[in-house]
Amino acid sequence: MFRIKVSDRDRVTPIQSLVTNLLSLLAALVAVGVIFMVCGVNPFFAISKIFMGSFGSMYGFKETITKAIPLVLIGGGLTLAFRAKFWNIGAEGQLLMGAIFGAWVGLTWGDSLPSFVIVPLMFAAGFLGGALCGLVPAFLKIKFAINEVISTLMLNYICAEFLTLLIVGPWKGKTRFGFPGTDNLPDGAILGVISGSRIHYATLVLALISVVILTIIVYRSRFGYEVRVIGENPEAGRYAGIDFFKTSMVIMLISGGLAGFAGVGEVAGIHHYLGYPASISSGYGFTAIIVAWLAKLNPIYAIVSGVFFAGILVGGDAIQMSLGLPAATVQIVNGTLLVFLIMGDFFIKNKVTIQRSAVVDS
Amino acid sequence: MVAGTPLLLGTVGEVICERSGILNLGVEGVMSLGAVVAFIVTYTTGNPWFGLLAAIAAGMVISLIHAFASVTLQANQVVSGLALTMIGLGLSGMLGKPYVGKPLAVKMNDVAIPWLCDIPVVGAVFFRQTPFFYMAILLALVAWFFLERTRLGIKVRATGEHPRAAETQGVNVTFVRYACVMIGGGFSAMAGAHLSTSYSKSWIEGMTAGRGWIVIALTIFALWNPGKAIGGAFLFGGIFVLQYLLQPLGISPNFLAMLPYGATLFILILIGLGDQRKLSAPAQLGEPYKRGER
Repeated sequence: MFRIKVSDRDRVTPIQSLVTNLLSLLAALVAVGVIFMVCGVNPFFAISKIFMGSFGSMYGFKETITKAIPLVLIGGGLTLAFRAKFWNIGAEGQLLMGAIFGAWVGLTWGDSLPSFVIVPLMFAAGFLGGALCGLVPAFLKIKFAINEVISTLMLNYICAEFLTLLIVGPWKGKTRFGFPGTDNLPDGAILGVISGSRIHYATLVLALISVVILTIIVYRSRFGYEVRVIGENPEAGRYAGIDFFKTSMVIMLISGGLAGFAGVGEVAGIHHYLGYPASISSGYGFTAIIVAWLAKLNPIYAIVSGVFFAGILVGGDAIQMSLGLPAATVQIVNGTLLVFLIMGDFFIKNKVTIQRSAVVDS
Repeated sequence: MVAGTPLLLGTVGEVICERSGILNLGVEGVMSLGAVVAFIVTYTTGNPWFGLLAAIAAGMVISLIHAFASVTLQANQVVSGLALTMIGLGLSGMLGKPYVGKPLAVKMNDVAIPWLCDIPVVGAVFFRQTPFFYMAILLALVAWFFLERTRLGIKVRATGEHPRAAETQGVNVTFVRYACVMIGGGFSAMAGAHLSTSYSKSWIEGMTAGRGWIVIALTIFALWNPGKAIGGAFLFGGIFVLQYLLQPLGISPNFLAMLPYGATLFILILIGLGDQRKLSAPAQLGEPYKRGER
């Protein structure tokens, strides 16, 4: 007889951790392949199409970087929140609120102020918008013990409806011929792109700087230490006199604010006007959750995992067009990857050995 | 009444699941999958009851993902539940693609309870309803009786409150938690089946519209009690319907669409303002249980 023995691992080397994660990803791709097969799609064709679509051509790669920008920004912010076990599922709403605030600044003062003034102003406004949207659940959690998963999610819906309300009503542009959406932002408020692509470099640089600063905060500052204590051992944190209210508020200020940055980037760098919520963010807030998880809650790794998942988004668009699959396909891929990643965590934390159990003589 | 039915079904399922100590955030995904499976099977077989059974089976099977990750692998239940939602929404979108916009020839017929349905006003509201409505009420009462008044129910509750003590009393914690997660999944899928074969008789992507998340809030609102879930679910159902009633008054439809979500937050704040000790969440909710650990 064989039996499976599970015991705690004493030490985990970075190599073990990396190999396990890569194996998890591989296993997830196999599972996705099986799902594709069941749904009547050739799995090898579909999966190779996903990666060829995103990393196989110059055009695809540029698109991947474009989509990685919001994912790195939001995913980086989420690593901080998740470290404190603050489950911010509301990045989608925070992104939209950032887009609303940024677009408002751009539309109001874009004509009268020079570009080097208006762009930073828009980002500042976007940060504020996202942060405000993020502070509400933090406040509710500490003061009223409201589960943040619920409150952030409810705010997602509220923000999306609020944005729609603005673009069909008071903010509807004169140049849209009655269709919902604001007018285009003035030229000065539009972000420059690397020629031949849609990569808005201002936001890209902002994203990279943000995750570097976040990494320093998490590993080198007192605040980062407090965040980790709250997440790993809240009892100890209470005895150590950590101010849970202040720390949670700052965490969500940063996490929400970064999502707000991403919102400004999408509006000012890609769309150039405020449209329907689903067009401004194609689920970046949710995909970023997996980005943060794959990054092992280390902000700097969010760059790698952000690019990886941006690749899946771009590749997902490619197979949608060529195989006629629905947009939800990408969600299956993402969800399956996430399941296998958390399964992989089990093998990182525990040592699993299969032993031949000794036959007991009677 | 009709709008509250899926909320009630989902909430009862989530109450059972959470009482055993497992937080399942996958309700939205399972509900959506239940809706699409029920629609497809009803569409092909022409019998909504087959659709319902298939949906329940699908909901239970897909919930195994969450049970395996959170019970056997002791993974983080928040993340695992979110993953389940993504998979459920994704699968339902993929499976349902060919069926978008197709009308259902047959639907769950309303059932009128003899005599009682003839009572003016009240009769039509309470006793001439879809079978889902009666099932939801009945199941909520059965679930209440099961959890509060039976030995098995005590085992479930003990698993959620103090799994170690439960295990020393001979309760198989792993089995109970698996079973409760699967039952919860079946309930959620049933709620989805109601949406696609009775409430709207069609399938579109995103038709669950956040009901799965409201269910999780309602579970808190009902203080983990299936009996109290009845009141909560129909209160929220009323808010969903209110949107359409208020629309002719010239209020922006987008503003009204915020109502259910805003109301959820508002009610949670009211609960938060009250006595925290009355919030009797299962003590070990969300905590993985590791055998043989002191």
